[in-house]
Amino acid sequence: MNITIILQQLVNGLSLGSLYGLIAIGYTMVYGVIRLINFAHGDIMMVGTYFALFAATTFLLPWWAAFIVAIALAALLGVFIDKVAYKPLRNASRISSLITAIGVSFLLENLFLVLFGGVPRAFKIPQVFSGVVHLNGVIIPIIALITPIVAIVCLLLLMQILQHTKYGIAMRALSLDMETTRIMGANVDAIIAFVFAIGSALAAIGGIFWALRYPSINPLMGIMPGLKAFAAAVLGGIGSVPGAALGGFIIGITEILVVAFLPSLAGYKDAFAFLLLIFVLLFKPTGIMGEDLEKGRF
Amino acid sequence: MLKVKDLNVYYGVIHALKGIDFNVPENKIVTLIGSNGAGKSSTLKAVAGLVKPKGKISFLGHNIVGKRAYKITKQGLALVPEGRHVFVNLSITENLRMGAFGKKYSELKPLYKKAFDMFPILKERANQKAGTLSGGEQQMLALARALMSEPSLLMLDEPSLGLAPKIVAEVFDIIKSLNRGGMTILLVEQNAGLALKIADYAYVLENGAITLEGDAKSVLNNEQVRKSYLGEI
Ligand SMILES: Nc1ncnc2c1ncn2[C@@H]1O[C@H](COP(=O)(O)OP(=O)(O)OP(=O)(O)O)[C@@H](O)[C@H]1O
Ligand SMILES: [Mg+2]
Repeated sequence: MNITIILQQLVNGLSLGSLYGLIAIGYTMVYGVIRLINFAHGDIMMVGTYFALFAATTFLLPWWAAFIVAIALAALLGVFIDKVAYKPLRNASRISSLITAIGVSFLLENLFLVLFGGVPRAFKIPQVFSGVVHLNGVIIPIIALITPIVAIVCLLLLMQILQHTKYGIAMRALSLDMETTRIMGANVDAIIAFVFAIGSALAAIGGIFWALRYPSINPLMGIMPGLKAFAAAVLGGIGSVPGAALGGFIIGITEILVVAFLPSLAGYKDAFAFLLLIFVLLFKPTGIMGEDLEKGRF
Repeated sequence: MLKVKDLNVYYGVIHALKGIDFNVPENKIVTLIGSNGAGKSSTLKAVAGLVKPKGKISFLGHNIVGKRAYKITKQGLALVPEGRHVFVNLSITENLRMGAFGKKYSELKPLYKKAFDMFPILKERANQKAGTLSGGEQQMLALARALMSEPSLLMLDEPSLGLAPKIVAEVFDIIKSLNRGGMTILLVEQNAGLALKIADYAYVLENGAITLEGDAKSVLNNEQVRKSYLGEI
């Protein structure tokens, strides 16, 4: 076991972790504003990936245009799901929305199974994302380098929005107190829709880069990443955006390191995310960067 | 400016407001006094659009019953809620930014200046989280935040709640001077003595119904009011 392999695995873990982080942000923001665990979030990631596939193969768009279209459509899908499934339940008990979210998740998975079958489809990797780079003898796939960069750029952009724009500030206000946000003259429904758009767009970015990493996609591909991103969001402190990113990195890196250095336990790699989660919550029930939920978030 | 007729509010089976009528004329301070659970907050929430009422509410000549809260705010109504409800997770500047949500970016600068001139304490702490302010400072912030929208009507729900007498006096001085500057104010208070001293007109609310109204001076001298609300025997 030498330093080269360790470095290689770290980059690999960072790359996987950024994907979890990108998806986790959607969980954490939606939870922040309407206290809902959007169990359909992993499936939005899946649908976003299919959008990219169809845009590139059926509509023959260049890869970058296909990605942009897919991300935009996923954002719209998120807004649409909120509008038809969650908004009517805004004043209902939380358990009703939660069960609805599970229902939306099953609906998306099964709809795509019926429409496109369960056989995995190949996701074509554009030239720019294939290949490897050699860094002092460390061999790293280009995609493993690009993914964390994309994730960090997204995170920084989002933090800018949250800190410095009117709607970003309103999202943080809303996470604390919906009624008072209303009497400020803010259309709370529009702000919530915006949160769904951002979360779903990031999930689609996560899905596309997931497919560039594992270029075979199927209608159930969102389940496991979705669950782990959820674990990442809770681990980082649900409601906290940087927490979600941090949680994603921790879970991604742990997973890769377990597989690399404890190969006999590789079969249990999925369990480690949740073990880690249980362990952290035992000591810090609000997650790493989480605070008391009633104090508002982001 | 504000005309309310036969206003009813129900919370499930609870009939919290039982058909009240009141008016707030321009440039006046009107106060609504009453004890715990009388329906004072429900009245303000109904006007602000936070609870759905039955009846008629006309604000600046427009019917606002059934309108959504953010639209009512945009028409020029501001509410300083009971318990202040500043956004403790936001900085003071960000709280003010929320208050000016409906304003254009170019309009902000003079509004901040006005707020900071009126409340110098907020300027010193501009980038501090509102949660770090004392109760009195939070009340000032809630007031400043409401003024950021340059409302035509300012509604205040128990601004004296939980504050030391000295701070209460300060808050009431500010309310009075706002009114002198032309602001129309609807003031809800349990502290009837203070409210009646600065108000022009007063309504007494009991169990969801208005039992007495009149010039603030006459209400202040009403024997029943002196007994029930001013603690005189
Ligand atoms: N959300 C609610 N659900 C059910 N009942 C409510 C609700 N809000 C208020 N009430 C009831 O309506 C009545 C009037 O309440 P309201 O808050 O308007 O009184 P208030 O005069 O503001 O009292 P206080 O001086 O304590 O603030 C009370 O009996 C209260 O219990
Ligand atoms: Mg009240």
